[in-house]
Amino acid sequence: MAQAEIPYQESMELHHPHSWVTKYWYSQDHKVIAIQYGITAMAVGLVALVLSWIMRMQIGFPETGAAWGITPDIYYQSITMHGMIMVIYLLTAFLLGSFGNYLIPLMLGARDMVFPFVNMISYHVYLLSVIVLLLGYVLPGGPTGAGWTLYPPQAILSGTPGVDWGIITMLGSLAIFIVAFTMGGLNYVTTILQARTRGMTLMRMPLSVWGIFAATVLGLLAFPALFVSAVMMLLDKLIHTSFFMPAIASAFDAAATQYDGGSPLLFQHLFWFFGHPEVYIVALPAFGVVSDLLSVHARKNIFGYRMMVWAIVAIGVLSFIVWAHHMYVAGMHPYFGFFFATTTLIIAVPTAIKVYNWTITLWRANIKFTVPMLFAISFVITFVVGGLTGLFLGNVIVDVPLSDTYFVVAHFHMVMGVSPILVIFGGIYHWYPKITGRMLNDTIGKWHFWVTAIGTYLIYFPMHYLGFVGTPRRYYDNVLASGGESAFYPESAALLNAGISITAFVVGAFQFLFIYNLVVSYWRGREAGPNPWGATSLEWRTPQTPPIHGNWGDQLPTVHRWAYDFSVPGEKEDFIPQDVPRQA
Amino acid sequence: MAEASAGHATIIQDWASDVTTFKGVPWGKAMMWIFLLSDTFIFSIFLTSYMTVRATTAEPWPNASEVFSLMAFGHSVPLLLIAIMTFDLITSSGTMALAVNYGYRRDKRKAIFFICATAFFGAVFVGMQMFEWYKLISEGVRPWGNPWGAAQFGSCFFMITGFHGLHVSAGVVYLLIIAYRLHKGVYDKTNFEIVEIVGLYWHFVDLVWVFIFAFFYLW
Repeated sequence: MAQAEIPYQESMELHHPHSWVTKYWYSQDHKVIAIQYGITAMAVGLVALVLSWIMRMQIGFPETGAAWGITPDIYYQSITMHGMIMVIYLLTAFLLGSFGNYLIPLMLGARDMVFPFVNMISYHVYLLSVIVLLLGYVLPGGPTGAGWTLYPPQAILSGTPGVDWGIITMLGSLAIFIVAFTMGGLNYVTTILQARTRGMTLMRMPLSVWGIFAATVLGLLAFPALFVSAVMMLLDKLIHTSFFMPAIASAFDAAATQYDGGSPLLFQHLFWFFGHPEVYIVALPAFGVVSDLLSVHARKNIFGYRMMVWAIVAIGVLSFIVWAHHMYVAGMHPYFGFFFATTTLIIAVPTAIKVYNWTITLWRANIKFTVPMLFAISFVITFVVGGLTGLFLGNVIVDVPLSDTYFVVAHFHMVMGVSPILVIFGGIYHWYPKITGRMLNDTIGKWHFWVTAIGTYLIYFPMHYLGFVGTPRRYYDNVLASGGESAFYPESAALLNAGISITAFVVGAFQFLFIYNLVVSYWRGREAGPNPWGATSLEWRTPQTPPIHGNWGDQLPTVHRWAYDFSVPGEKEDFIPQDVPRQA
Repeated sequence: MAEASAGHATIIQDWASDVTTFKGVPWGKAMMWIFLLSDTFIFSIFLTSYMTVRATTAEPWPNASEVFSLMAFGHSVPLLLIAIMTFDLITSSGTMALAVNYGYRRDKRKAIFFICATAFFGAVFVGMQMFEWYKLISEGVRPWGNPWGAAQFGSCFFMITGFHGLHVSAGVVYLLIIAYRLHKGVYDKTNFEIVEIVGLYWHFVDLVWVFIFAFFYLW
C-alpha cells in the first residue's frame, strides 16, 4: 500500500477572492475571518456592557432604577444575558475565534488554516448564533432571565422572565455556537498538529499557540456536555419530556404539573462539566498570550518555557475533574465534596508555577512600560488576586457560607472576567500594528489602561467585603421591599454598592474611548513598520505588513530557534527572530 | 521488548519533530479523528444522562425484552428486530472495510460499489429504525410518557436512537456524495484516502450503536 501524499502548506491551493463579497464577507483568509470574529464579539460585548450598566443602576440606586423602569424582569434578563454573552460570545469567541484564527497560521509559518472553507463557515454559523441569541429581545416575553447557569426547573417554568421564547432562543443559540466552535476548533487543532513550517517543533511554538491549542482541545471535549444539556432542556421545554424536571405541584402553572421524575441535579453536573473547563478555555489562551507579551516587552526570554507548556497541559487535564466545586451547596455526599475540593486545590500548583514564572521573567528585565505591557502586568496581579479567593471557595466548609454572595461574584469576575479581558486588550494593542500597519494611539491607550485597571479594583474589591457580610447575589431589591431596612443587607452595603455602580459607569464609558482609538488609528495612526516591538515570533516576519492572503512569499519561513531569544549576550540586537539561522 | 522501546522512541521522535506530528496522516484524516473524539463525548454524555435519569426516576423502568419484542411465527421473540438491525449495521461495516481496501488498491469501480453497498445497508438500518419507532408509537410510547412505567424510557429512547439515526442518515448522504465524487474523478490525484476518512466515520457510528444496543436493549 503506497504511502499517502501529504499536502504541504507550500503547495496549498488558496481560494483567492474575486469581489468585495468574497474578500470581506465570504472570505477564506484566516486573517479576515479573525477580524470578523473580533468585530462581532466586540459588538456583542458592548451589548453586554450596557446590560451591566442596567444591573449596576438597579443595585446601586434601587429607587432611581425602579423609577427609570428597571423591573425585576429586566434586571434578571440583564444578568443572564450579560453573563452568557461575556463568557461564551465575547471571551470564547474572541480568544479562540479571533486570536486563534489570526495567530495560529502566522505564528506557525503556515499559509492558512488546513480547511479554509470550513473556517469560513465557522464564522457565519457563529454570527447566526449571535443573531438567534439577540432574537430573544424582539420575541414576546423577551430573553430568558434564568441566570447564566440556566438551572432547571426554574429556567423553563412560568415566573422566570423569557419562559415563552427567550429560553428557547438561548438554548438554540448555544447549540448553534457549539457547531460553529467545533468547525473552527477542528481547524485549529489540525493546523497546529499537522501544518507547521519547517523547523517548527511543538516545543518551539510560542506559548500563545500552546494556550490556544490546549483551550481548543478542552472546548472540543467540554462543549459536548453543554450541547447535550441544551438539547435535553429544549425537549423538556418543547415536548414536556422530564430529563431535568421533577414532579412539581403548582396551583397556578398547569404546564409545571406535567413533569415527573427528572433530575435537576443532572443538569448541574452536565452544565459544570462544561462550565469548569470553560473557565480554562478562556484562561489558557490568556495565559499563553500574556507570556508572549511579558517576554517581548521585558526583552527577556520567558522563564521556564517547558514548565509553562506542561503547566498548560496539566491545568487542561485537571480542569475536567473539578466541576462539582460549583455545586457544594446543591446537596452532595461529603466524600465527593472532599474529592472535588482536593482536585480544585491541586490545580493551584500548575497555576502558581505559571505566576512564579511570569514574575521571574520580569525580574531584572529591561521592562518597557508600553500599553500592552501595562495590561500584561495588570493581568498577572489581577489573576493572583482572583486566584487567591479561589482557595477560599474551593474549600467546602468555607464555600458554604460564601456561596451565592457577592464574594463569588468578585472572585469569578477577577479571575475569569477581567483577567482575560485585560489580556485581550493587551493583545489588541500588541498585534494591532501587524493587523493594520498602524500603531494605536498611546495616550488614549494609557488612559484606557489606568481607568480600566484601577476601576477593576474599585469595583471588585468592595464586593469581597459585601460577600463577607453576607450580601446575597442576584437580588433585585433589598431596600424597598422591606421599607428601607433589610435583614439581608447591612447599611454599609448600600453605600458601597452606589460607589461600585458609579465606578462601573465610568469604566464602561472608557471602553468606548478604546473603540474610538481602534477606529481612528486605522486611518490616523503612526506607521508601524513590520516589527515595531522587536519581537521574535514569525508573525512579525511576513514580507508585507499587513500580511497578504497566503501570508508568505513563494517559500515558507524556516524556523531555527525558539520564540524567546531576547537580549542574547554578545549579539548586536536584543532580539533574534525565529527564522534567523544559528551560527555554527 | 526491544521492539516495544523502539516504538516508544518513534512516538517521542514524531512528537518532537517539525511540520507534522502524525507522520503520513493527511489533514482530512487527522481532522476526522479529532471530530470523532469530540463526538464520542457527545454520545458518552447522552448515555451517561440516560443511565442517571434511569437511576433517579421513581417509576419502574419498562422491561426492555418485552417492549422490544416482535411476533414471529406466532411467538413473541425478544429483541428480534434489534438483532436484525445490529447484524445489518455490522455487515455495513464489513462492506465499508472492503471499500477502503479497494480504494487503496486504486480499484475505483469496486470501491464505489462497496461504498454504495454500505450506504444501502445504512439506509436499510434507518428504515428498520423508522419501523421500530412506528411500532412503539402505535403502542402508545411517547417522549413524555408510555403505558408501562417511567416517562424517561420514551424520552431517552427517542432522543438517543434519534440522534444516532441522524448520524446514520448523514453518513448515508456522506457516503453517496463521496461515491459520486469518486466516480467523477475528483480524487484521482490523491491516494483515495477520502474513502478511509468516510470509513472512519462509518465505523464510529457502528461502534456507537454497539454501546446503545448494550445499554439500552440488553440492560
